[in-house]
Amino acid sequence: MISLIDGSESSLRAFLDNLPGVDKVGAEARAAMLATRSIKTTSKAKAIDLAIRMVDLTTLEGADTPGKVRSLCAKGFRPDPTDVTVPHVGAICVYNDMVEIARKHLDSIGGHEIPVAAVSTAFPSGRASMEVKLRDTKDAIEAGAGEIDMVIDRGAFLSGRLGEVFAEIKEIKSLCGDRAHLKVILETGELATYDNVRKASYLAMLAGADFIKTSTGKVTPAATAPVVLVMLEAVRDFYKLTGRRIGVKPAGGIRTTKDAIKQLVLVNETTGPEWLTPDLFRIGASALLNDLLMQRMKLRDGRYSGSNYVTVD
Amino acid sequence: MSTEIFEYAPAPESRAIVNIKSDYGLYINGKWVAPHSKKRFASINPSNEEVLSKVSLADSVDIDKAVKAARAAYNKVWAKMPPKERAKYLFRIARLLQERAREFAVLEALDNGKPIRETRDVDVPLAAAHFFYHAGWADKLEYAGFGANPKPHGVVAQIIPWNFPLLMLAWKVAPALATGNTVVLKPAETTPLTALLFAEVCEQAELPAGVVNIITGDGSTGASLVNHKDIDKIAFTGSTEVGKLIAKAISDRGIPATLELGGKGANIVFDDAPIDEAVEGIVNGIFFNQGHVCCAGSRLLLQESIVDEFVEKLQSRMAKIRVGDPLDKNTDLGAINSSAQLAKIKEMSESGSKEGAQIWSAPCSLPTKGYWFAPTIFTGVTQAHRIAREEIFGPVLSVLTFRTPQEAMEKANNTPFGLSAGVWTEKGSKILWAANELKAGVIWANTFNKFDAASPFGGYKESGWGREGGRHGLAAYIKGAR
Repeated sequence: MISLIDGSESSLRAFLDNLPGVDKVGAEARAAMLATRSIKTTSKAKAIDLAIRMVDLTTLEGADTPGKVRSLCAKGFRPDPTDVTVPHVGAICVYNDMVEIARKHLDSIGGHEIPVAAVSTAFPSGRASMEVKLRDTKDAIEAGAGEIDMVIDRGAFLSGRLGEVFAEIKEIKSLCGDRAHLKVILETGELATYDNVRKASYLAMLAGADFIKTSTGKVTPAATAPVVLVMLEAVRDFYKLTGRRIGVKPAGGIRTTKDAIKQLVLVNETTGPEWLTPDLFRIGASALLNDLLMQRMKLRDGRYSGSNYVTVD
Repeated sequence: MSTEIFEYAPAPESRAIVNIKSDYGLYINGKWVAPHSKKRFASINPSNEEVLSKVSLADSVDIDKAVKAARAAYNKVWAKMPPKERAKYLFRIARLLQERAREFAVLEALDNGKPIRETRDVDVPLAAAHFFYHAGWADKLEYAGFGANPKPHGVVAQIIPWNFPLLMLAWKVAPALATGNTVVLKPAETTPLTALLFAEVCEQAELPAGVVNIITGDGSTGASLVNHKDIDKIAFTGSTEVGKLIAKAISDRGIPATLELGGKGANIVFDDAPIDEAVEGIVNGIFFNQGHVCCAGSRLLLQESIVDEFVEKLQSRMAKIRVGDPLDKNTDLGAINSSAQLAKIKEMSESGSKEGAQIWSAPCSLPTKGYWFAPTIFTGVTQAHRIAREEIFGPVLSVLTFRTPQEAMEKANNTPFGLSAGVWTEKGSKILWAANELKAGVIWANTFNKFDAASPFGGYKESGWGREGGRHGLAAYIKGAR
């Protein structure tokens, strides 16, 4: 079936319209049930370190400056200056023009293995010509971005121009080549239905995404548990279909250790533990990291410490 | 690429919250009394065979005492009380169940073997909801469509099963009290403890003495209660076998009975179903409460075109079911309630293999003590197999197939039971059509095992008489109402 997809509107439609629907009540009930899992003591400690390694530490503000980005890099490389056993984060995620600054700073402090992820293709709206989107991506890759977080054209998706969305992703993917990993942001808050989330997930995977990502962080709702569940089911089934493992990145609204652990439980019980690695699961976040650090300290010291015992950035 | 195994550390709910006495008397006329027989029997924790407590074995002398107490309370207090005052007691009980929810949840998990996640999230909240719901009816019965002056029966004998001890108590006691009846209730032999804790709640609510009487015992106790000459109505939930005995016993006495009996529910999955949610629904339908559910979806009817894909998904989902300590907050499937039930489940599943169906059990390690059975499915089951016809009442699913919607309906209805059915399709018109065709008391569409105090529950054919819950359920406790 999948081999019949040639990128034409009709071949995409034939495949995507035949995907089983998502029952809203059922999907939400399953996600709510998994949220009741109680992760304590040793498993909590492991989960916290794993979550830290999965964080795409992010700053996406108009007010971002080189100084802000450099301190974010330092934080991502050495999240807790008092404890060297704390692992570094999964990536540093910034706007296009900050990529070079981030890359250089990471390299200068020894964080060679931490990739810089750049949001791309006229992030967050995706409203620009293909020429601009390609140029945007090219800039980021040349500046040293190891990961590209592109947005899809939700307008095209919602008006049924699936071939257009497919072609865009495909073009960006070929631009990335083997220089950069491609994460495709679906902006699920704008797709509105779980059926659309499933469709868009497959569309992105078919077009060559390495990761599918929920949100830009600029729209609510963002990475809700049922949305992540539906995306995880999609990567699990896509693996069965093609033998290719695609990653998932929830982003937006994951602020506490509890939230992060719920995400890990979703992964564990949907795709299975094969996806519990930063290669296949990332969490786009900024405030989350400090909460993870505070919970880590609590497990280590047996008491809570104040927010002044972790660095602001 | 390193793969981490994400093991969940034990997360047991503390049992310190519940104070189990070493032995219990009978709760008759607002007092704890020793049984006439002086005999006690053990109630055990089926997950480790530990004796939790000794409870009293009531005989016909105790039952006579309880019925007399209920009769006196009915005549002197309860029937005379203005309905809005009756309602206050029900509200009070509901609130107390909520306040003591954790205590009830832990005790139910200990005595029954079901996981704390279910007692905490299902049994106890639903039990409280039943009292709230019926408290609201108590002073509005005139407007319920049963005539201008609806009257209670009087003394009601209630016998409840071991699968949902507290919830079935609530289903029985709440409507009986709301309509002005008084109650003699017998909890199941293997799960009496939450009913006895409920007696404490009645005391705490200052319910007038004799309105609720709780007598523990075995089958002989139940038989004596059914055969007592001064009861006005019987409400029973349990096996079809015992239900038939009760029907026989009361056939010449002119007293009404509601019977909620066995089932062999069909969960029908069409090829246009929401597959992932259907898998969840099938799992919930048969593995909820270890499959000790009369309305369990114990027959899976799959459209032939999706069989392989669906069974594969179902098996990989079943492999993730967490079996173990009922008090662990991450447990999905607890212990089988008794050794007798375990023996029955084993016998039935052996017959499945013998008759030629293919067995598959989830690869999970079972505790060495206690009564355990891994989540199991049989594929290649036909209508002629025993496991497709008889109630197993355990975590065992029989998978059958169909080619057309008509064939699905035929197979689903081809059973002496008619309690529940599930329909899975994204096509609304098919749901409505199937709901018309299916002969079952409850039909769920794209979901399963959902309960609400306002929704009547009960069966066709050998699944029982009457309804519980909602306005229909009230009728069972009002004289002459239908």
